[in-house]
Amino acid sequence: MDSALLSLLAAFLLSLIGLLVFIWSLRKGLLFENPRAAATIFAPGEIGKADDPALDDQAAKRLQEAITASHGSEPQAEDPDEIKDRIAADRSSAFPVFMFISFGCMWLILGATAGLISSLKLHWPDFLVSEAWMTFGRMRTVHLIAVLYGWITNVGLGIIIWLLPRLLRTPLKGPMWVMLGGTFINIGIASSIGAIGSGWSDGMEYLEIPWQIGLFIQAGMVCIIGSVFYTLFHRKAHELYVSVWYHIAALLWISLLFTVGKLPGVHFGVQQAMTNWWYGHNVLGLWFTPIALGAIYYFLPKTIGRRVRSYNLSLLGFWTLAFFYAQVGGHHLVGGPVPGWLITLSIVQSMMMIIPVVAFSVNMAGTMWGRMRLALYSPTLRFMMFGGFMYLLSSVQGSFEALRSIQQVAHFTHFTVAHAHLGAYGFVSMVLFGAIYFMMPRVLHWEWPYPKLISLHFWLASIGILIYFVFLSWGGWLQGLAMLDTTREFMDSVRLTIPYLEWRSVGGGLMWLSHVIFVGHLLVMILRFGPNRTGEALFAPEKMKLEMMHGK
Amino acid sequence: MENEAKLTAGAITTFGIAVAALVVLPYIQVRDIQPPEGLKPYTSAELRGREIYVANGCLYCHTQQPRDRSFAPDFDRGWGRVTTPGDYYYDKPHLLGSMRTGPDLMNIGVRQPSMDWHLGHLYQPRAYVPDSTMPSYPYMFEVKDQAEDDEIIVKLPPKFVPSGKVVVARPEAVDLVKYLRSLDRSYPILPPDPQNAGKKDR
Ligand code: HEC
Ligand code: HEM
Ligand code: HEM
Repeated sequence: MDSALLSLLAAFLLSLIGLLVFIWSLRKGLLFENPRAAATIFAPGEIGKADDPALDDQAAKRLQEAITASHGSEPQAEDPDEIKDRIAADRSSAFPVFMFISFGCMWLILGATAGLISSLKLHWPDFLVSEAWMTFGRMRTVHLIAVLYGWITNVGLGIIIWLLPRLLRTPLKGPMWVMLGGTFINIGIASSIGAIGSGWSDGMEYLEIPWQIGLFIQAGMVCIIGSVFYTLFHRKAHELYVSVWYHIAALLWISLLFTVGKLPGVHFGVQQAMTNWWYGHNVLGLWFTPIALGAIYYFLPKTIGRRVRSYNLSLLGFWTLAFFYAQVGGHHLVGGPVPGWLITLSIVQSMMMIIPVVAFSVNMAGTMWGRMRLALYSPTLRFMMFGGFMYLLSSVQGSFEALRSIQQVAHFTHFTVAHAHLGAYGFVSMVLFGAIYFMMPRVLHWEWPYPKLISLHFWLASIGILIYFVFLSWGGWLQGLAMLDTTREFMDSVRLTIPYLEWRSVGGGLMWLSHVIFVGHLLVMILRFGPNRTGEALFAPEKMKLEMMHGK
Repeated sequence: MENEAKLTAGAITTFGIAVAALVVLPYIQVRDIQPPEGLKPYTSAELRGREIYVANGCLYCHTQQPRDRSFAPDFDRGWGRVTTPGDYYYDKPHLLGSMRTGPDLMNIGVRQPSMDWHLGHLYQPRAYVPDSTMPSYPYMFEVKDQAEDDEIIVKLPPKFVPSGKVVVARPEAVDLVKYLRSLDRSYPILPPDPQNAGKKDR
């Protein structure tokens, strides 16, 4: 039989086994909706109540009015201890979370600056070339390590550590271990950036961090996972909320991934390339994506006071993501010197990824249905909705991008870079911003001093990424077509991208500016400059009391 | 879901399947591959040059994987025949790359064997290709009044040499060029079209 056909068959068989595992794991209650489980994030009386700590009193009132106007009658959550547990949970996690967010924001500024410099270098090739550490190849890698491991990973951990105690209704166990882990990880990141700058690199995309330094990061993850699992085993909550599935699984996946990917002395040649890209897409799909999806599953319903529509869709989305995403790595090597069956398998699974993506999107659209305009009142919601929508967009784009006919054009071009930022920025980073706006008032017991800056940040970042994505995709596609056209010399494909690369710098410049505003705002908040606000980011008088107790 | 054991076991199972399919199987499949007869191991200077290639991130703009003729016109661009796993036998780390901001380099040693050209091109790509967007690498060179005996003077178009000075290559530039010149996968392979090899014997 034809080998391509055989491999297709094998791929489908594998998928089938996956689905069986999936069904087995949730035999119970598959056919029934489970509104209780979806309501675990609320205390009694909270369904139908706005919750956005980033708002001042008046804005919060407006949001509440809008919610009340659109709110139907829904059963309330039942457990009266919820608020008490939540306050204890928040108190236990505040310090580690603050540490992760602060480190994350520092790396964000550094990483975005390195990104902007790299971008300028691509159309001004003689800009900053005198020293080795400034060269494009190193600056770009510094950008990647700082934004992927510094920014997304730190803030992701911050979100996980903040949400898990809330969702498990247990104070964080062993916060010192978490802080120790965070310290290891950030020492690791700082030394990796130093190493790359001085030319010490393992030489594989996304795995540049020298494995000796990787040991630090690994040790840090072990400390954090230990503490998280200890908390999990001591939980008071009976149901595990959707966000918990994503976050616990993500923590396990990233540490296993990193271990397999970095195993020194095993991988070589083509096989190493396959492992490299298997890791490369999994760090996105099994680490960044579940962090951000878990965050949306919490913050979006919480802000609008409405439970997620379908519990079963959440389950379907989670398990299909777990299964299909882990096998898409081969789509980075289409046309490369690797076994054909592997590429086919990955392309099939890339297409199958449409299932979890649609499951998530339908679920969120259902939750937001008829309430889209609430985004006008709440910045957290705006970031979350933007991010959720970009998840849909980047993933659907990705699924089709994986097809051989599209890869033929897009593979080695800037088109991929545009897709990368749609995912890593438009989706993941925007969700992280929203989460930080929600969490920080609870962590610091202080309001955001200038709410207008939050809007400014949102608009600069979203217009920036829009410019970035549109121009770079367009230019990248033309570049790909030019490279396939043998009547045109190679240099044509270089020349024609220049204007698009310049526009990318413009878009990236706006993004960079938005980050400076964001981090500046955060600094003002941390140092408690700015207008003196009495009380915290609160709106419901009853909760104010609790929060005051909590703060003192 | 209320059972953390199921969650963890499920997450690790799906992950395990993926490791088996995408890491272990390919490992078994290519583990026993032998280097083709025409492929020589890198010399130590070439290996040093390869490290310079990695350290300076040449791989973020240059691939080393010409595609099959039926798929893309890489061969017609002079980048060489499609590669097979054996061609990468001595490559550690692999440098397949994922961007073609610049051309594929798998056979640059065949296409451009001149040491002088490479050194000059690294010092200032725009001296040879006016619209090039490749960065210049001045830190791999020294600008001096006079070269010592054992130093290699870079022969640049006169316009690009600072007046009254000479540009000499530092050892890392020389090693790097030695590596580039070693990039030659033009020897014949069997079967000629590895991508479709499976079709024939099944
Ligand atoms: C920013 C992207 C970029 C980086 C980084 C880069 N190059 Fe290039 N390279 C190009 C472009 C564009 C061209 C085509 C124009 C030219 O020949 O200068 C090119 C051309 C070349 C050529 C000539 C290829 C041919 O077919 O004639 C060689 C050799 C080369 N580069 C080697 C290197 C080495 C070695 C490094 C690392 C020290 C490197 N390049 C880093 C973009 C880059
Ligand atoms: C169904 C989901 C997705 C699929 C099938 C998919 C598919 C792809 C494909 C085919 C490529 C091109 C590889 C190449 O040409 O070399 C790619 C690149 C990339 N994608 Fe996705 N994508 C998906 C979702 C995402 C998401 C959600 C993110 C962000 C978190 C993301 C981030 C990236 C990045 C960073 C790259 C660049 C990799 C590189 O070459 O360095 N993708 N993806
Ligand atoms: C903070 C959020 C950001 C994230 C998460 C992010 C992520 C990424 C990723 C994953 C890549 C690899 C793409 C690939 O290899 O295909 C990349 C490359 C790049 N990014 Fe970013 N980025 C961010 C912000 C920025 C900004 C603000 C700029 C400014 C213009 C920028 C400019 C670049 C450039 C120039 C590259 C190199 C592309 C190339 O090799 O051709 N990034 N970034």
